This record gives sequence, C-alpha cells and structure tokens, in this order.
Amino acid sequence: MDNFGNLLDGFRIAASGYHVAIMMAGVLLGILVGVLPGLGAPNGVSLLLPLTFTMDPVAAIILLTSMYWGALFGGSTTSILFNIPGEPSSVATTFDGYPMARDGRATNALTLAFLSAGTGALFGVVVITGLSGWVTQFALKFSSPEYFAVYLLVFASFVGMGNTSPFKTVVSMTLGFAVATIGVDTISGNVRLTFGIPDLVKGISFLVAVIGLFGLGELLQTMEEGLRFEGIHARISPREVFRTALTLPRHWVTLLRSALVGCWMGITPGGPTAASFMSYGLAKRFSRRKEGFGKGEPDGVVAPETADHAAGTCAILPMLALGIPGSATAAVMMGGLMIWGLTPGPMLFIERPDFVWSTIASMYLGNVIAVVLVLATVPMFAAILRIPFSIIGPMIVVVCFVGAYTVSGARLDLWFALLFGIVGYLLKKLDYPIAPMVLAMILGDKMEDAFRQSMLMAKGSMGVFYSNPLVGTITTLALLLLLWPLVSRLLRAAQSRPAGKTG
Amino acid sequence: MKKATLTVALLATAVFAGSAQAAWVPDKPVEFIVTAGAGGGTDTFARTVQSIIVKYKLMDAPIVVLNKGGGSGSEGFIYGSSSPNDPYKVTFGTNNEYLLPLVAKMGFSADGLQPVAAMALDEFLLWVNDKSPHKDAKSFIAAAKKPEGLKIGGSQSKDTDQTLTSMITAATGAKFTYIPFKSGGEAAVQLAGGHIDANLNNPSENLGQWKASMVRPLCIFSTERMAPGAKVTKDMGWSDIPTCKESGIPISSYQMPRTIWLPAGAPADAAAYYAGVLARVRQTPEWKTYIERTSQTDSFMSGDGLKFYINQDKAKALEVFKAEKWTVQ
Repeated sequence: MDNFGNLLDGFRIAASGYHVAIMMAGVLLGILVGVLPGLGAPNGVSLLLPLTFTMDPVAAIILLTSMYWGALFGGSTTSILFNIPGEPSSVATTFDGYPMARDGRATNALTLAFLSAGTGALFGVVVITGLSGWVTQFALKFSSPEYFAVYLLVFASFVGMGNTSPFKTVVSMTLGFAVATIGVDTISGNVRLTFGIPDLVKGISFLVAVIGLFGLGELLQTMEEGLRFEGIHARISPREVFRTALTLPRHWVTLLRSALVGCWMGITPGGPTAASFMSYGLAKRFSRRKEGFGKGEPDGVVAPETADHAAGTCAILPMLALGIPGSATAAVMMGGLMIWGLTPGPMLFIERPDFVWSTIASMYLGNVIAVVLVLATVPMFAAILRIPFSIIGPMIVVVCFVGAYTVSGARLDLWFALLFGIVGYLLKKLDYPIAPMVLAMILGDKMEDAFRQSMLMAKGSMGVFYSNPLVGTITTLALLLLLWPLVSRLLRAAQSRPAGKTG
Repeated sequence: MKKATLTVALLATAVFAGSAQAAWVPDKPVEFIVTAGAGGGTDTFARTVQSIIVKYKLMDAPIVVLNKGGGSGSEGFIYGSSSPNDPYKVTFGTNNEYLLPLVAKMGFSADGLQPVAAMALDEFLLWVNDKSPHKDAKSFIAAAKKPEGLKIGGSQSKDTDQTLTSMITAATGAKFTYIPFKSGGEAAVQLAGGHIDANLNNPSENLGQWKASMVRPLCIFSTERMAPGAKVTKDMGWSDIPTCKESGIPISSYQMPRTIWLPAGAPADAAAYYAGVLARVRQTPEWKTYIERTSQTDSFMSGDGLKFYINQDKAKALEVFKAEKWTVQ
C-alpha cells in the first residue's frame, strides 16, 4: 500500500505538462535512433547525456528512459521490415517478423510487435511497483553459478526444438562461441584469437555480425530469388492496424508466459536479450503450430517482443536499487545518475523517493505514449515496403554498411559485415540455423565468465551448480529442457511398446 | 636599418615564444575518449570534466565523449594513439595506460601517448560483508592464513585489484583466491550478496552498499586516514576507517591516478593548453563536489612531476608483475 501511495506521488510529478512534453520528445528521438541501425539505444542515450547535465534529475531520467522506450520500438521496426535488428534484444523478433513482412503482412507484424511490447512493458512496471522492496533481496542471491544456470536455461530452451538436425544447431552454436572468445579474456586478462590485429582486441561487435548475417545475408538471398519483394502487396490502411489490434487477446497465453519470462530475466538479471530468445524458444516449443515458426507465425513476434520489453522495464529496478545495469543502455543511464549526484543503491529508495517513484510513474506514461506514437507510424513504415526492391535493396546495403561503421568507427568492421553477410547466405543455403550462432555470440562470453568464476569459487567442483536450492532448481530445469526431446521420445517408445504387444 | 629589422625579428620571436604556451587553441570538435564502458569510474571522471568545461565555457570548441572500453580499455588507447600527431583526441584513463601493455599484448604501446595531467587519486579499501565475522583487518588476515584461504573479488584480471591482492599476500602470507569480475560494481554486488569474502573496491564503487549497511570497510590503503566529513552510516564516516598499516597490513599506500593523455606527437603547446583548461576545471565547486562524493584524493600533476610519478608507479607494479610472472615482454 505504501508503494501505491508513493506511486501516486510519482504520478503527480511525472504527469506535469513539462515532463509529458519531455517524454514525447524522448520517445520521438528514440524511435529515430532505433530505426537507424548501428546507432541503437546505448549510443543514442549517451549522445543525449550531455544535454541533461543542466536539467534536474527527474526531468533528465524521464528524457533518457523515454528515449530508451522509443529506441526499443524503433529497433523492432527495422527488425521486421529489413531483417536488421537495431538492438541485441530484437534479434529474436526478426525470426518471424521479417517473414511476415515479406509475405505482405508488415502492418500486422508491426502492430502486433508494438502492442505486445507495450503490454510487456506495462506488465513489467506493475511488477516492479509491487515488488520493489523484495526484488533487491532476490537479485542479491545471484552469483556466478546462478548466472551460469540461467544462461544454460536460455540455451536449453533453444536447443533440440528446431526443425533442423541437432548437429547443425550445435555447429552453428559452436561457431558463435568461437567468435565470442575473440578479444580480452576477463578471467586471465590475456588476449585471445586476435592474430596480432589491434582492432580485434575489443572483440567482434555483435551488432556488426548481426547486420551482416541478417541484413546482408537476406539481401543476397532475395537477389538470387529474383529481386522480388512481397511487401508490395502490404495493406497499409489504419483500419488494418485496428483490426490486428483486436486479434491481440487471442495470444494471451503467449503474452502471459513471455511477460513472466521477461520479468524474471529482467530482475535476476539475465537481461532482455536472454529473455527474448528464451521466450521465443518456449513459444515455439509449446505451440501447436511449430512448423509455422520461422515462416511468419504471429506468436513468434508476440513472444520475443513481450519478453524483451518486460525485461527492459524490470531491469531498471536492479539498476536503481543495486547499481547493476541489466542492459548496455541501463549502464549509460547509471553513469548519468552518478553525474547528477545520485548514487544508485538500496539507499536511493529511502533518500530520494521522489526521484525513484516519478521514474517508475514515467515508465507507465512513457510506454503508453510510445505505443500510441509508434502505432501512428505503422502505415508510414509499412509503406516503405511498397517501394520496388531495385530501389530499396541498394538503400538497405548502404544503411547496413553505415550501421556497421557507426558501431565503433572502425574500417575493419565493414569487412566483417561483408564476411558475415556471406556466411549468413551460405548458412541459409545449407540449411543451418543462424539463431543459435547469434545467441552464442551474445551470451557465450558472459556464460564462459560465469562458469569459470564458479569454478574458481568452488575450487573446481561441479557440485556448485547444486549447492543451494535456487541454483539447483534452475540447473535441473535447464537439464530437463535440454533433454526433453530425448525424454519425450523415450516416453512415446515406452507407451507404444505395450500397445504393440496387445495389438 | 638592418639592426632595427633584427631587433624587430628578435622581439617578435620573444613575443611569439612568450605566448607560445597559450598559442594553440582548438578550432574544431575535440574527442574525449573514455577507456571504459559507461557508468564506471573513468566514465564518471571524463563526463564530470566535460560537464564542468561546458558549464563554465572553458573551451570554445565542442566536446564529443566516446566510450571505447573494449579489451579492458585498450580499444580506447588504440583509438587515442591511432593518429600520432592529432591534438583533438584526448584520452581518459587510469594507470592502465602504462600497466596494461606490461601484462598483455594489447595492440598499443604505452609510448604512443603523452601524459597531460593526473587529476585525482582514487583510494583502495578492504571491504567485507556486514555480516562477516571479521571486525578488523587483523582477524581477516588471520582467517585468510588458514589452509582454505579466503575469496577476494575484483574488477578485471591482472589489473589494480589483483595486483593489490598479490601485494597483500606478499606482505602478510595470507592466502586468497582472486575472482575477476567485469567491473567493480559487479564485485560490490557479489560482496553485498555474501558470495565472496572481501573486495578491494574504490570508495565510490561500494558507497551505495555501505550506506545501506550491506558491506563495511576494514581499512584503507593510504598513509593517513581520510579527511573528516559527514557520517556515511549511523556511526561511521570516511575518516573513521583505520589505515591498513595501523591495522596490521604493512602496505603503506596504494592509489590509482585518474589520467588524461594526448597522442605522443601532438604539439607541446596543445598539451599545455589542455593542462591549463584542466587546472581551471579543478578550481570549480563542481569539481570539489565530485572529489568529495567519490571520496578521492584531490591531486593535480602535469609535466615533469607527472612523468616522475608514472615512472615510480610503473616500477612498483612491475615488481609485482615479475613476481607473479605476468609480464609479457
């Protein structure tokens, strides 16, 4: 009840005309930043940071968080329209969002994505409103073994459910792990696999790889298939947006499951990327239309988007309460907090309740504003697909390379984007799944750190993954998910055998 | 006539030489390269300097801050030294500029950059979880001498935290398992959650957790206690923390400078210009607030004094690196 009263106070501050105007400006800027690949939310927020030095902290955090929501929505737009994810967490949206857009259902995909994202975000804020005191305690229980178990769970929910052979999945995943090891190793401090090239010391940016694998790889394939772009048939009337919105309740199971996964991953903090991948994996596993996934299944858009935004909003809580940024963007905002003279930590809730609660209140308002604004842009963005491919194709190439260069301003990255484009094309031709590779690239490094830290802590004993009920439960769940295809086959065999005897 | 020309020429040279110190002024945007990710100590340092310069209009040229923290910060140093004469690339770091290349082949050479100034010295403390049975450094060290030892978490590998851990072992014979995390912030949360026995964080990295009585400091690696100030928790403030030397760990002082660099070939008057701007930054009330809030030691070094400090700091660290066989050269 105390939280509720605080929240009302927060609304009183956040709902002022000045703050709402800042929210709208932030969201619009965010959409712009999100739509330009390579720029992304973390870069956008850090570009805006100097502007906030002279603002009061409440207005400043509202501007930055609103920009973050806008960028997340903008990132989904490019994932769906051009297969270029602007943020790591919107990679999973491309799996079904882009096929939908290619089939001429861009409006539906965008509308569903935005609405489920908004639902996820609101679910997230409600959760953090209710649990703000308790969540900190829970997050503190997480150490390296728990992190490793969570990452294992994400991978497990993704393995062994594809339509392709498990060996191909493993090959793709191993390639991803190999790329993730390039650069400085946290545990030993040594440099790995750089071949003496200075630019490789920082590792290969995930974004560059994704721009190549998805953006360029897809273009190469489209060209081979004869320069056609089904988006031409896209229906783009605002009525279509409305009609799609009415279908959202049909996805309630996926929505709820994904929101829960998202909140859990945002708080623990596994992060929005892990959340969106896991939720996509689970949606596919429990769906009755497994074959449709990857070819334009609406549930495949709803699941990652809901989880991504639920996790994104929930991740704000550990940032404020513990000083652990759940995402790259949260890290930039935390830097801002320090400069405004606030110390993130458990005392922030006690010392500056006005700041904390108006931030939370602005998350409610900001997300509602963002959904309304992006829904209004759907027809505009969907119309882009009506442009003939011979014009839009070359433009996407330019955008891809500009994006790859913007990531860190390194010329070498352009070659990597091209290389990954060819790799992406070949993998598709040979029917290797790309998703496991991307997942391994994003989480491989963190998972390796967590595993080796656990081994240091436990002096090399694997028992550490069953050393307390929390980590034991997650590990068991992960192993169950991993072995589920085998288990279910055994069960089926056991069932059919007696049946065979009697018959 | 000839004589007069000569005099004029001489005068002109004299005037030119006299004003040479202030002759160079940036006339296009200056890049501030942060050799760390967003939110960390180096990032806060660079952005605080930027915000003060902007507020007091200490520079006419606009400033662009770039976070290049990949590869333990080497990404930033590689970028900062990529154009050897460019006075528009100002790199912000710590002692990692000259220590990193000693322990790993990072793709940049410490000589690629010239030091402009060091603006603050960050302190190191020994922290334990609030529920830890160790009330002082002495009992902590005694516990670490048992065969199973204790776990110390810190930021990065073979960096300041692990170096200090190694120094404590050398000085006391205590045994530690060092667990590297990505940042001091992560090490702070791991300590608050009771997953490690201690960390060696800077004051600002553990402040939030200390205020909430989740962790507490045992001692500070400094020759004297910190300046008296407001209490942080109910009964303790920064000045109540004993020095490690007085509590039985014979390491008199261990600090980390916050440094600013230019490419090695940048003109000397550009370095002098930035040193001048930074000296003025240091005189603002905002800078004093930053120093107090992060509990660092205010100290300004430039020119030969800074070079001397760097050589000394390097020699001290090199001893530890050699003993641990970390050196790559």
